[in-house]
Amino acid sequence: MTDTGIGASVKRREDFRFLTGRGTYTDDINRPGQLHAWIVRSPHAHAKIVKLDTAAAKSAPGVVAVFVGADMAADQVGGLPCGWLIHSRDGTPMVEPPHPPLVTDRVRHVGDQVALIVAETRQQARDAAELLDIVYEELPAVVSMTDAIAPGATQIWEQAARNTCYDWEFGDRAGVEKAFREAHHIAKLDLVNNRLVPNAMEPRAAIGDFDRATGEYTLYTTSQNPHVIRLLMGAFVLHIPESRLRVVAPDVGGGFGSKIYHYAEEAIVTWAAGKLAKPIKWTAERSESFMSDAHGRDHVTTVELALDKDGKFLALREHTLANMGAYLSTFSTCIPTILHATLLAGVYTTPVIYAEVRAVFTNTVPVDAYRGAGRPEATYLLERIVDVAADETGIDPAEIRRRNFIPTNAFPYQTPVALKYDSGDYFTTLDMSLKAADYAGFEKRRAEAARRGKYRGIGIATYIEACGIAPSQVVGALGGRAGLYESAEVRVHPTGSVTVFTGAHSHGQGHETTFAQLVSEMLQIPMDSIEIVHGDTNKVAFGMGTYGSRSLAVGGMAIMKAVEKVVNKGKKIAAHLLEASEADIEYKDGKFQVAGTDKSKAFGEIALTAYVPHNYPMETLEPGLDETAFYDPKNFTFPSGAHICEVEIDPDTGVTRIVNFVASDDFGRIINPMIVEGQVHGGLGQGIGQALLEGCVYDPKSGQILTGSYMDYCMPRADDLPSFNVATHNVPSTDNALGVKGCGEAGAIGAPAAVMNAVVDALSALGVKHVEMPATPQRVWQIIHDKRTAKAA
Amino acid sequence: MASTVTMTVNGKSVTGAVEARTLLVHFLRETLGLTGTHVGCDTSQCGACVVHVDGKSVKSCTILAVQCAGADVMTIEGLAKDGTLHPMQEAFRDNHGLQCGFCTPGMVMSAVDLAKHNPAPSEQEVREWLEGNLCRCTGYHNIVKSVIAGAKAMQG
Amino acid sequence: MYNFEYHKPTSVADAAALLAKADDAKLMAGGMTLLPTLKQRLAQPSDVIDLGGIAGLAGIRKEGNALVVGAMTTHAAVAHSAEVKATIPALAHLAGMIGDPQVRHRGTIGGSIANNDPAADYPGALVALGATVTTNKRTIAADQFFTGLFETALDAGEIVQSVSFPVPEKAAYTKFRNPASRYAIVGSFVAKGPSGVRVAITGAGPTVFRWKEAEAALAGSFTPAAVEKLTAPSSGLNSDIHASAEYRAHLVGVMTKRAVAAAG
Ligand SMILES: Cc1cc2nc3c(=O)[nH]c(=O)nc-3n(C[C@H](O)[C@H](O)[C@H](O)COP(=O)(O)OP(=O)(O)OC[C@H]3O[C@@H](n4cnc5c(N)ncnc54)[C@H](O)[C@@H]3O)c2cc1C
Ligand code: FES
Ligand code: FES
Repeated sequence: MTDTGIGASVKRREDFRFLTGRGTYTDDINRPGQLHAWIVRSPHAHAKIVKLDTAAAKSAPGVVAVFVGADMAADQVGGLPCGWLIHSRDGTPMVEPPHPPLVTDRVRHVGDQVALIVAETRQQARDAAELLDIVYEELPAVVSMTDAIAPGATQIWEQAARNTCYDWEFGDRAGVEKAFREAHHIAKLDLVNNRLVPNAMEPRAAIGDFDRATGEYTLYTTSQNPHVIRLLMGAFVLHIPESRLRVVAPDVGGGFGSKIYHYAEEAIVTWAAGKLAKPIKWTAERSESFMSDAHGRDHVTTVELALDKDGKFLALREHTLANMGAYLSTFSTCIPTILHATLLAGVYTTPVIYAEVRAVFTNTVPVDAYRGAGRPEATYLLERIVDVAADETGIDPAEIRRRNFIPTNAFPYQTPVALKYDSGDYFTTLDMSLKAADYAGFEKRRAEAARRGKYRGIGIATYIEACGIAPSQVVGALGGRAGLYESAEVRVHPTGSVTVFTGAHSHGQGHETTFAQLVSEMLQIPMDSIEIVHGDTNKVAFGMGTYGSRSLAVGGMAIMKAVEKVVNKGKKIAAHLLEASEADIEYKDGKFQVAGTDKSKAFGEIALTAYVPHNYPMETLEPGLDETAFYDPKNFTFPSGAHICEVEIDPDTGVTRIVNFVASDDFGRIINPMIVEGQVHGGLGQGIGQALLEGCVYDPKSGQILTGSYMDYCMPRADDLPSFNVATHNVPSTDNALGVKGCGEAGAIGAPAAVMNAVVDALSALGVKHVEMPATPQRVWQIIHDKRTAKAA
Repeated sequence: MASTVTMTVNGKSVTGAVEARTLLVHFLRETLGLTGTHVGCDTSQCGACVVHVDGKSVKSCTILAVQCAGADVMTIEGLAKDGTLHPMQEAFRDNHGLQCGFCTPGMVMSAVDLAKHNPAPSEQEVREWLEGNLCRCTGYHNIVKSVIAGAKAMQG
Repeated sequence: MYNFEYHKPTSVADAAALLAKADDAKLMAGGMTLLPTLKQRLAQPSDVIDLGGIAGLAGIRKEGNALVVGAMTTHAAVAHSAEVKATIPALAHLAGMIGDPQVRHRGTIGGSIANNDPAADYPGALVALGATVTTNKRTIAADQFFTGLFETALDAGEIVQSVSFPVPEKAAYTKFRNPASRYAIVGSFVAKGPSGVRVAITGAGPTVFRWKEAEAALAGSFTPAAVEKLTAPSSGLNSDIHASAEYRAHLVGVMTKRAVAAAG
């Protein structure tokens, strides 16, 4: 290992610009002649628009234009598409309602886009918004999923009877029923996976620009995947060919899924920029983010686990209601299905599994992937029911897991729910965590805490996750409307410096460092001579972006393939120069060498020859050294791990304090351990946030968001979180040549269950079997209070 | 309604036209082009906008530009001298105290203020001091390490 | 934010004159409440009168057996003041728990009490310590000052100039913070001083109130045990997604007990 190669904690190259205030986020960009947009949003959860008069707003100071849904419709602007088609159990396709960027006659959630005001300044646009004359006729709002599917409920979409988008099933129903009939014990639990607001610290922003001379549109946007936005917006919404549409996602201040989707505002500013032939900037205020960024999670689930007398899992079944919100966001439909039910085997050998998932429309903000996307939900229900089973059978939670782990020698392992796991060693990561958490010594600490009047608990979660959804053919067969490969171009310049163009996107993950390390290691050239370019459709040929922890496992592999092509071409050139056979050339230490001799040509010399081809095999080889590769993985990768959380609860206030958090993970091969640890920390922060602090609450009647700002939505702060104790035990993936798996979501997947298992364990002496997330002081106090009062009575 | 305001920003005297309602952060970002100071919320809670005014860390989204007439303002752009990172910036880099970088300017400015008064803060003191600075990427683990290391380095 | 006229008078008299003259003027101290309100367009004053240019409104001084804190004194100044720490450490502690460091650098005691947010911390201190508020027109006892939800005894045109706190024998403040906003869900300020034992509760109700039962119990014996068995009634207390009235009532007891323990 060199000090910058694979496995080195190289300091990030992107940091200098971020630390000195020189990052360029979308809102930092200003185009000449730029105008400013304010989007007028619905204050109601559900209403008809009976009047919409723009005259007064149009004549307000500084206002350049006011557009409404009818204007976009008149231009044949299409709706925002959904990228994944799911079929109901009866074979019918899901209900896919229209999703116009600006509504025309009806609003369906608080924050729905009603009109666009364009003015010379942002304040003027906002001032004018108040002059818009809109009359709404309020309709009953459908907020909870149980209300939504009740007979006679108000229908949000005419075509969606009982507000159902689809009613999907998966797995072996008959097999599961049989196993349940024969089971020694059945554990059952109702639980809620709380709705979250992603809250990347950079609010979304978009600038539309139009070049009258060339007819080219440019969209600068806070996106995790500019090419996907270009494809969706160009093809489905604005009907602009890719050749005339450039999408740039510059520095992006966090995404966590929420910046994957194609949002209305992107289409609105791009379209309006064309109409006015002027650049138009829109930047969300945080309050707008709460009502317009896709939310995450929001499942209501019943799960049952059947066990034999030794605590072996025989079968698992779940029934879930999954909230879609009022419209289908880009990947919303695959989250509770394809990315959720396929993970229900977890790290266990459960032979038969069955899932029913009903997706429901409500008058709430659309719900889509948020860090983990479907997998945290699967892990949470699984790890909670395993703990319930452990409690009911009297088997220690660590032991019951061990008894059911997929044996380390059983890989590749085919689960009953479609996935084939590449590799893993669940026993070792669990043992590491048990040791680091001093699991054996826990009861002593519990007793000591009890003497201080506190409840102490410990909780384990072992998880599997699936990264880098693939291969494209399978994705297509499952209803995905996109390919999930990645592209890379490695351009070697005449003097031997290298530019790598990747379709992956970095919004905090440090690709500019990790990818350069990878290429530096492969080419054995200094990192300083390698530049990584991403985020601009005019520079990068194509890409699917970054989400689902796919960047290295898919994007990194594409880079590796392109580098291999470069090396192979270099060998041909070297063979010519060195008058040797191509088969005898090996690439080592930055040199093309005739094997077994000291004859060699340095990488730079070969690059120069490729561009100054005076002595060159022109008949068989083109000049230049610039290779593109597309990589379509043959499988997902499957990181796994064991998280252990220890909590202490103050019964007087209900406050839960995390006293220790241990994570031992298997991420496959690691390029930059420092960055990987950082990813784990961040995921843990969000996972703990979900467990103890965060929850998006709607007023059940009006559909107003009660947690619409940081005054009420509890973001994890520094003093809410502990320092984490993280370690890895890496079993390389056998499905890609790099052996990498992915690490971006692990923390958010393992942590909620570990924390909640600890909370329930702490309260177990009171007879508590389950606590819903977030375990806020009020909720925990209420449970303790109710249990104690019941006992006293 | 517009008036002009003069203040010192990162050691240089600047003058610009502002409305009474113009917030310092907008004056910095839009009039002066100093886009290192960010806006992450509209309720004065996230700290992405923290700068120093007369030597104290404040939220530039919750102070009017006109209130800063004659004041000495320092933003993240003024921290590094001649291309050399300030010890606190260096510590964030060394300890991987940033990921997407959006909260970073505010974090660093807040941390520098802490270190001025408390040269050797404990982990708990750092966590409490950062109450007004939200980060969604790092889980704060490495930020806390960075601030402790940076405070130490600032003592020379 | 709607636009407004900005003024920065240099004397209280000028400020009062401006206030009287304008249609709908607002005073601005630290701006930590006013500016977020304006940013959300929840208010539209014609004029904003910045008190920051008036010399002498900020500062902390001992006057006889009282500590006088100028209206424009920031929370940070109170929290770090050697004078406050030496005379009424509970007050310094309270100020150090308001918001975050950047809010404390700007927010002031005058602004806080004039605003009288039900979840604000200072009202607890004023009432428990039996403080007196001095304005440009008169002095007002804390018991009469906080009149309701965001309501005070201040007239339009009245400007808070200082608050005078009699130095207590013992005092302490404990706060149960709203997990999201970090304002007080319940704050309990207990003091034993010239006017006997006082227990002021903030956060729990529409405005600060004295918990008389606890005061009576503590007058007998100033110990945590004295309030151990007491529970505050939940009727009339605030209820929201973070804390029901019942939970708040319970926390009133817990926080008070802890405050007594801390007061020693
Ligand atoms: C993120 C955040 C967190 C906070 N957390 C807390 C907390 O935990 N606890 C807490 O108590 N507070 C909290 N606050 C509020 C903070 O303490 C404010 O500083 C305070 O409420 C108002 O003080 P100010 O000086 O900023 O007043 P301003 O915002 O300037 O003014 C507030 C109101 O008082 C009036 N006013 C100001 N000065 C005078 C005067 N001298 N005479 C008459 N009227 C006057 C103004 O006209 C205005 O109506 C928080 C604020 C923020 C932004
Ligand atoms: S922008 Fe969030 S506190 Fe200033
Ligand atoms: S580094 Fe992204 S918000 Fe802190």
